[in-house]
Amino acid sequence: MARAATNRRKTINTILAWSVGLLIFFPILWTILTSFKTEGDAIAYPPKFLFFDWTLENYSIVQERSNYMRYLWNSVIIAGGSTLLGIIIAVPAAWSMAFVPSKRTKDILMWMLSTKMLPAVGVLYPIYLMFIKLGLLDTRLGLVIVLMLINLPIIVWMLYTYFKEIPAEILEAARMDGASLKSELLYVLTPMAIPGIASTILLNIILAWNEAFWTLNLTAAKAGTLTAFIASYSSPEGLFYAKLSAASTMAIAPILILGWFSQKQLVRGLTFGAVK
Amino acid sequence: MGKITLQSVRKSFGDVHVIPGIDLEINDGEFVVFVGPSGCGKSTLLRLIAGLEDISAGSIAIDGLDATHLPPAKRGLAMVFQSYALYPHMSVRKNIAFPLKMAGMDPAEQERRVTHAANILNLTNYLERRPGQLSGGQRQRVAIGRAIVREPSAFLFDEPLSNLDAALRVSMRQEISELHQSLKTTMIYVTHDQVEAMTMADKIVVLNAGRIEQVGSPLTLYHQPDNVFVAGFIGSPKMNLITGPTAAAHGCHTLGIRPEHLDIRADGIWEGRVGLAEHLGSDTFLKVDAGALGTLTVRATGEVGLRHGDVVRLAPQEGRLHRFDQDGKAIRG
Repeated sequence: MARAATNRRKTINTILAWSVGLLIFFPILWTILTSFKTEGDAIAYPPKFLFFDWTLENYSIVQERSNYMRYLWNSVIIAGGSTLLGIIIAVPAAWSMAFVPSKRTKDILMWMLSTKMLPAVGVLYPIYLMFIKLGLLDTRLGLVIVLMLINLPIIVWMLYTYFKEIPAEILEAARMDGASLKSELLYVLTPMAIPGIASTILLNIILAWNEAFWTLNLTAAKAGTLTAFIASYSSPEGLFYAKLSAASTMAIAPILILGWFSQKQLVRGLTFGAVK
Repeated sequence: MGKITLQSVRKSFGDVHVIPGIDLEINDGEFVVFVGPSGCGKSTLLRLIAGLEDISAGSIAIDGLDATHLPPAKRGLAMVFQSYALYPHMSVRKNIAFPLKMAGMDPAEQERRVTHAANILNLTNYLERRPGQLSGGQRQRVAIGRAIVREPSAFLFDEPLSNLDAALRVSMRQEISELHQSLKTTMIYVTHDQVEAMTMADKIVVLNAGRIEQVGSPLTLYHQPDNVFVAGFIGSPKMNLITGPTAAAHGCHTLGIRPEHLDIRADGIWEGRVGLAEHLGSDTFLKVDAGALGTLTVRATGEVGLRHGDVVRLAPQEGRLHRFDQDGKAIRG
């Protein structure tokens, strides 16, 4: 009886999980499907799910009309660059906050997080004007800096919680075992911190990759990322759902693949500290 | 060699004086136990000796050399932590070899020492495992292995058995005692468990509120406690402490008698009614409500046929009474 009950519950849970999963994934799935339809099928009513004339036409048109590789390259540089720069700043910051906290550490962390509570559009004008003055408008460097700043509080917080989980006694043990500061860092701390740093890097790349507000507002032709590439297909002269979908699919594919291969790291990173 | 001398060692965290001033001499090869209730400063004292905390005033000498400001790595001491503090990303072999690697020892010699330590500690079959794949007792052995390979001048143990279950604790206790007998190295052991202190120590240091209450061999502390605190802390069940007219009649403020030194006899001078009776088989612990004397604990050997509500007469054994003055100090002679 009890076993039957748990089995039934398991089945129900599985069905529920799959339903929720599919519901969340559906927009992405629909986008991918639509990208293989003709413009006519894309707006057909009732919608055609799988039985339509599959075509690669949209992809070739998108490829012809705009330079996908340039946008991709911009995205890679901007997401990668802002992450790298952020990590270089955040690791020492989180490190000192976790291992040599002062009376104000908590306040500083809170203050950093509070910058995320302001809607981004609130600082658009000042930043836009600064960008004009500094000649950073529509440059990769400008976006690397802005996206790094936008995500910095999150990476510092994430790394801080990671480093906090490293027991101080292990570092003391290393000191007792005769490790110099250098060996302590090299043989004990870094190996224990690497999983945390890796998940932080991954999450930050995804956040930077998908960032649209700043990339749309601060770039034009030169430094546009894949989000700008997608946006260029929601044109005012008409709805081209299929082409827009093809562009979107091309834009999200790299990050989707990266996320797929590193999902274990990612899930661990996102639930770290919450689940012991 | 492992002679450690503390001279007026003080430690304050801000305005809180955790250790107001301690003088202590630990001789080479001694097994010294720091014991006291939680928050008494025993772990802090150990960490001061280890160098993991800076001392606020005073000096620490190891083998006659001033070590007050030496970093932990330079003191030649090894420590076993309460949480074991193993390196989770290294195999057991690498954990044990770590201090040797840090000392820049020749790999062949490292290997020889690790194998030797693994033999002593029954870890030979686990050398390739990670700490996460070991049981609590095995982890504790790895932590001890990591300490012994260095051949330190002294071992420091910070409540090493408190995370183990009762049965394992007893066997690890014996293993550590045997280790001490074979290595003959100075060991300083911190615990809040007076049974561990009594069974393992050559010398017990009883600490309370950052002060040393008494230093002595286990049986000295048991037979001649210097004050009420030590009297109450050492021995299980606790010594009965009686105040009031009965104490005054013996010319003291507090009269102490251990539960095992109270005989149940028809001609006993104190009368009481049995409250709780705990039957352990080998012993019986009786809580006797003795009116003005308060509740007295009596330890009777073997099985006694007394139950709740029975009236008993108690006689303290000759020469086993402890007398303490107003300040809790022992009155001798």
